[in-house]
Amino acid sequence: MMISKAFKRALWVFHVNSGSCNGCDIEIIAALTPRYDAERFGIKLVGSPRHADVLAFTGPITSDMVDKVKRVYEQTPDPKVVLVVGACGISGGVFHESYHLEGPIERIIPDAKCIYVPGCPPRPEAIINGVVKAWQFLEGVEK
Amino acid sequence: MMGELVFNTVISALAISAIGIFFGLLFKGIDRKLVARMQGRVGPPIRQPFLDAIKLMDKESIVPENAVRWMYLSAPIICLAASIILLMYIPIATFEPLLNGRGDVILVLYIFIIPALAMVAGGFASGSPFASIGAQREMVTMASYEFPLAVVVIALVWKINDMAGGDVFNLATIYAHPLWGEVGLLGLLGLIALLLALVIVTPGEMAKIPFDVAEAETEIAHGLLAEYTGRNLALFYIADGVRLFAMASFIIALFFPYNISPLLENYISLGDFAVVADFLFFLLKALLVILFAITLIRAGVARLRITQVVTVYWINVTLLALLGLVLLMWDKQFHVRWW
Repeated sequence: MMISKAFKRALWVFHVNSGSCNGCDIEIIAALTPRYDAERFGIKLVGSPRHADVLAFTGPITSDMVDKVKRVYEQTPDPKVVLVVGACGISGGVFHESYHLEGPIERIIPDAKCIYVPGCPPRPEAIINGVVKAWQFLEGVEK
Repeated sequence: MMGELVFNTVISALAISAIGIFFGLLFKGIDRKLVARMQGRVGPPIRQPFLDAIKLMDKESIVPENAVRWMYLSAPIICLAASIILLMYIPIATFEPLLNGRGDVILVLYIFIIPALAMVAGGFASGSPFASIGAQREMVTMASYEFPLAVVVIALVWKINDMAGGDVFNLATIYAHPLWGEVGLLGLLGLIALLLALVIVTPGEMAKIPFDVAEAETEIAHGLLAEYTGRNLALFYIADGVRLFAMASFIIALFFPYNISPLLENYISLGDFAVVADFLFFLLKALLVILFAITLIRAGVARLRITQVVTVYWINVTLLALLGLVLLMWDKQFHVRWW
């Protein structure tokens, strides 16, 4: 399936805190402020996963959040892509090898297309860059 | 003869739908750009709502498991259809409205409720607690703004009946009688109060900040629209733009039914371009109405709580509209010239 050009400039993001320390969440909010202005790329933070194209997960996936993460992923309509914000989602970060971690996310949703934005926390520019390029990884798209 | 009439009606209906959808989305884009500039941002391109709508059309449409399927799927279509029917009743520039007749201003007031009612039905039908809360809030908001809206229309109709008589509950009659030059000082103040009341009713009607309690995305996950995806959400999105255009046209028809071509005819002979000039002037007026009724308010204030919405409409705006009505009536008794 091919996607229309409109997808490149109209990605709506739903933000899920899956056990983050709140550092990445603050940087996501900073990316929406007038200084960084994510809306000029058509990026919008939406309040319901039903409207989202990009799911932004922050933090390592804690054992409490596993089935919530799965449910949010299933509630999002196709085509969709997962944006993993921060070092925790990649390797566990400072929580590496903690007893309560189930992450990283490809262990929980094996078929998800993921983009990784490294950093602890990543800068707002990096997060915007990740979302702007997310259309290349939209699930079900020929590459 | 009959065939030609049906053909013309169908063609004009399609043209009005295309115009309504195009300019509705365009005004949405201009509104977003202006808000961004007021906040010191670059803002999205003006064609952003078109991109959003096309993107939503491409997405998967999910029907939730515990939704009432037929109601859930028909609500967006009813919402868009009712918004377009509104445009067929409201005069745009020098074009005659496609549908008109005795008492159509009352009918228009009722058709304005239908898109909101369709959203309420869709919200309840989607079976999500967020959507149910949104639907209840939307009903409360609707019950609050209807009374001041009716008072504004009744006051204008009363004045036109006093001036001209005839079939006053007809939008074409209202459109043919601009009021600003016909009233004295008290009447002028009354008209300003009525216009202000209508401007405050508009964001409530459109579910925009500060009265967007029904669709509050940060509180109740977009409320009414929480479960809608893909094509159904796109229809609601487009209907919102069409409704914005219709509401702006309605305010213009009630308060600013002026055309620019008689003024321009004094300087140049326009011929057939008079229609084009009037249409462009109409778009400018619509843009100004949206700027003052939606954009400036949206950029300036935050969302109210639902109880505050009810208080503002039932007490403050209703009093303002009634004051306007009383001033218009006094104007007839104590005629003070203001020019």
